[in-house]
Amino acid sequence: MYLQDLIFTLQKFWADRGCVIEQPVDVSVGAGTFHPATFLRVLGPEPWNAAFAQFCRRPSDGRYGDNPNRAGAYYQFQVGLKPSPLHVQDLYLDSLRAIGLDPASHDIRFVEDDWESPTLGAWGLGWEVWCDGMEVTQFTYFQQAGGIDLLPVTAELTYGIERIAMYLQDVSSMFDLKWDKHVTYGQLRRPWEVEFSTYHFEELVADNAFRAFDTYEAECKRLLERGLVLPAYEFCMKSSHEFNSFDARGAISVTERQRFIGRVRGMARACAHAYVGSRAKLGFPMLPPQLREQAVAAYRAAEESGVNAGALAAGRSVSGHASEMLYAG
Amino acid sequence: MPADLLFELGCEEIPAKMLTRALAELPAQVEAKLAAARLAHAGVRVLGTPRRIALIVKGLAERQPDLREEVVGPPVGAAFAPDGTLSKAGQGFATKNGVDAAAIAKREVAGKKGLYAVATREVAGQDARALLPALLGELASGIAWPKSMRWGWGESTFVRPVQWLVALFGDATLSLQWAGQTAGRQSRGHRFLANGPVEIASADAYEGALRAAHVIVDPAARKRTVEAELARLARETGLRVRPDDALVAEVINLGEYPVGVSGGFDPAFLEVPEEMIVTAMRNHQRYFALETAEGKLAPRFATVMATIVKDPAVVARGNETVLASRLSDAKFFFAEDRKKTFADWNAKLDAVVFQAKLGDKAKTVGDKVRRLVQLVKAQGGSAAAVVAAELCKSDLASNAVGEFPELQGVMGRHYARIAGQPPEVASAIEEHWWPKGQGAALPTTNEGVFVALADRMDTLVGCFATGLVPSGNADPLGLRRAAIGVLQIMLDRGLGGAHTTPGLPQNTWDLASAAANTYPGTVVFSDEQRAALAEFFRGRLRNLLVDDEGIDAQTVEVALGAGAHNPCDARARARALSVVPAEVRTAFKRIANILDDATAKNWGQQSLVDESAFRSPVEANLWNAFRSSTDLENAVAQKRYGAAFDALSTLGPHLAAFFDKGGVMVMDPDPILRENRLALLRVISRPFADIGDFRKLGAAS
Repeated sequence: MYLQDLIFTLQKFWADRGCVIEQPVDVSVGAGTFHPATFLRVLGPEPWNAAFAQFCRRPSDGRYGDNPNRAGAYYQFQVGLKPSPLHVQDLYLDSLRAIGLDPASHDIRFVEDDWESPTLGAWGLGWEVWCDGMEVTQFTYFQQAGGIDLLPVTAELTYGIERIAMYLQDVSSMFDLKWDKHVTYGQLRRPWEVEFSTYHFEELVADNAFRAFDTYEAECKRLLERGLVLPAYEFCMKSSHEFNSFDARGAISVTERQRFIGRVRGMARACAHAYVGSRAKLGFPMLPPQLREQAVAAYRAAEESGVNAGALAAGRSVSGHASEMLYAG
Repeated sequence: MPADLLFELGCEEIPAKMLTRALAELPAQVEAKLAAARLAHAGVRVLGTPRRIALIVKGLAERQPDLREEVVGPPVGAAFAPDGTLSKAGQGFATKNGVDAAAIAKREVAGKKGLYAVATREVAGQDARALLPALLGELASGIAWPKSMRWGWGESTFVRPVQWLVALFGDATLSLQWAGQTAGRQSRGHRFLANGPVEIASADAYEGALRAAHVIVDPAARKRTVEAELARLARETGLRVRPDDALVAEVINLGEYPVGVSGGFDPAFLEVPEEMIVTAMRNHQRYFALETAEGKLAPRFATVMATIVKDPAVVARGNETVLASRLSDAKFFFAEDRKKTFADWNAKLDAVVFQAKLGDKAKTVGDKVRRLVQLVKAQGGSAAAVVAAELCKSDLASNAVGEFPELQGVMGRHYARIAGQPPEVASAIEEHWWPKGQGAALPTTNEGVFVALADRMDTLVGCFATGLVPSGNADPLGLRRAAIGVLQIMLDRGLGGAHTTPGLPQNTWDLASAAANTYPGTVVFSDEQRAALAEFFRGRLRNLLVDDEGIDAQTVEVALGAGAHNPCDARARARALSVVPAEVRTAFKRIANILDDATAKNWGQQSLVDESAFRSPVEANLWNAFRSSTDLENAVAQKRYGAAFDALSTLGPHLAAFFDKGGVMVMDPDPILRENRLALLRVISRPFADIGDFRKLGAAS
């Protein structure tokens, strides 16, 4: 199976089960979780099912295209199912069958892995899914994002595209992967790896990156004051990537590193809180029409004790109507 | 008729270690719940896999026994009107307990004055079927998971989402709802090998029905299967499986149907230190290492799948690919590290924070290393020990330890060897982390002992000086472990230990003071903090002497009362004290109390015994017996505590005669006699006061 077929197959599989096939976010991010389709949509009471492939940048993992298993950027295929259906594991296993990893032939295991993103103020419980000893998916029940308790809970599935493709194509270097019949992953990606490794490790001017971080952070705060949550969150994403970049350059100490993580988390928190408020103002439009009013009323009634309380109250107010909502699968 | 109870809770994959703990704790919780519900039974069994927790109660009573209980109401004066009829309060009491006036007795009640109204209440036992649903729900909710989660609409909380429930009493289902599931008799088979419902007829049929659906529900049975599978792989490969009980314990809870498979790796990787290979296999992949008959690591591994697959060779190949990439990383890191020197790494340690609260010039690992060098020198460590102190943390900056943190020390040893350091330096680098846990090995080299003690004491002094003292059960910095490590090493290497070696630090107070001297002036170790640390050590030493040395708690208290800074000395005194007869201990306690009493009254100022002031032969006899045991002072000075107490065999009877009937009164009205007798007691007891503080003896002895 060519790498692009792997993406097609997963897109088709999840589209058939009720997911919106989103497109990757056009901002540099370190993980699919940063995509507004995940980080923001998991907040509040509105159901949401989506899948997308995301180009993810991890500057410090760059190896100038020399390491067969590690690179400064890679693809994640991410699925978010909110609320998490009770048979989400079965759905997931069917998706593995669809891409040719049949549990009748492979040793598939769900191995404990608690997920946490200190920059997003997010955590969840779940597993890393092993196929013959190889981690192929991160499977997480999101419990909190941006410091807000999540109700309903989103199940997030993150497939490691390259690893799965390497396994399916039986190659030992990601650069030998066949993207399609004619083009290899190396042909597409190696020049980027070489140049961006050089940039991040040798050419990046730390002071510029620090300045960019400060500017983005200021913009994020300013835009939040203006009630523009989505642009504000975009600057949060940009700051986070800027941080990853000067971190890869080795430009900050351990203590400074913690401080920067705290600053990104502060932005993520503020955006998450503002986002829930803005959705309430819009009347939680992704809820079925007959449930919107009661969710908004519940949010308003609890809002005084904080956005978190409001979000939980809105979720609880409609949880008895689960059968009226869209479920994946 | 008693019947068997089966309760099965189906769940998405529970983390292996959490499952192990829950299964171990559940039987006692079940027993307690059933006892509180007054439901008799013939035994509890708890079973489980990552996807289910099951409990079987044999011969569970169908009903609670009827209960007859007495309820104490208001005092008689309040319950009855003067005419003998029930007052308003009395009426209320009668109604509440369902009895009429005639059935209310007037009685005295233990612990209270006067007469009280007492009703005898009859409670009919309830049917177990009515009690069990709530009881089982509480049991399930009561499992203490380190982390719990919500799912879907978040109505419930559990370790992972709950998928099904089975609840059978006899052959009937119980009406039970919990965590969004309704109990029935349908369990589920293996996720891949028998995916679907499995009807359970009764508790007796449970294990067999699941076995047929490829689920081995008893962890002990899975353990046998895992062991048999590993033995099979050993046979097939002609190698031995390196024993690893902890890994077996984890692996049996990673699947419902264990099947072994073996694979190999390129022998070229064997040039990498064995520990890196084993750690990559074990901690990252849960593989067992295979070795030759001579114990040499073989380029193969054994792993346990959770299912039967069409072609195990496919799975083996997959695992080999994963391992090859991990070993390539290991090889790369090892090669990169060998391009570096210890000096390169030590320079990096200045950027690694050890404890931020210590402030500038003290907070980094680099600062710590400089202190350790100074401390080991000050303690008289050899040149090799000083070098070991300087190199002991260097590997923290290496690539290999960055990738495999659990190999800190081990990599340092390898790299020191490669750098041409003598073997004792290399060993000390690894051993300074020892003991790594309870019952774990202690440092074997003197250099290792010096650095291990210095490192731990440096941490303890720094943390106590900055107020980072453990409270309650929380001890995030591992200070209790550090203190226990210091004591265990001293007890091992000091007088009376298994490996007595003169010349090593033996006194926690002195070592703490020396460690404090290596800190810059900005870190102040006050007298209060020093005392708090001493008390911290005393508490750990008390536990070690009681738990590990098997000395009774009271004797340990007495021994520590005379000093706890030198753990070996304290142990020697406690050991000697533990054979002193009870009546002699009591006599010494009495002497100590008399002397305290005298001091409080400003008496007992006379220091020498005046024989001319003896009035009774018991005084002279005691004094002569004491003087003839000339060895006493020497014995104590030379820490021959056993010999000191041997003298008591001669002193004992005279002491008894002194205090017993026919003896003398110490606090005689005549101040001359009184002061002389106090002097006699003080002189006699003084040598023993250095061995133990007998005032610490409880009334019980």
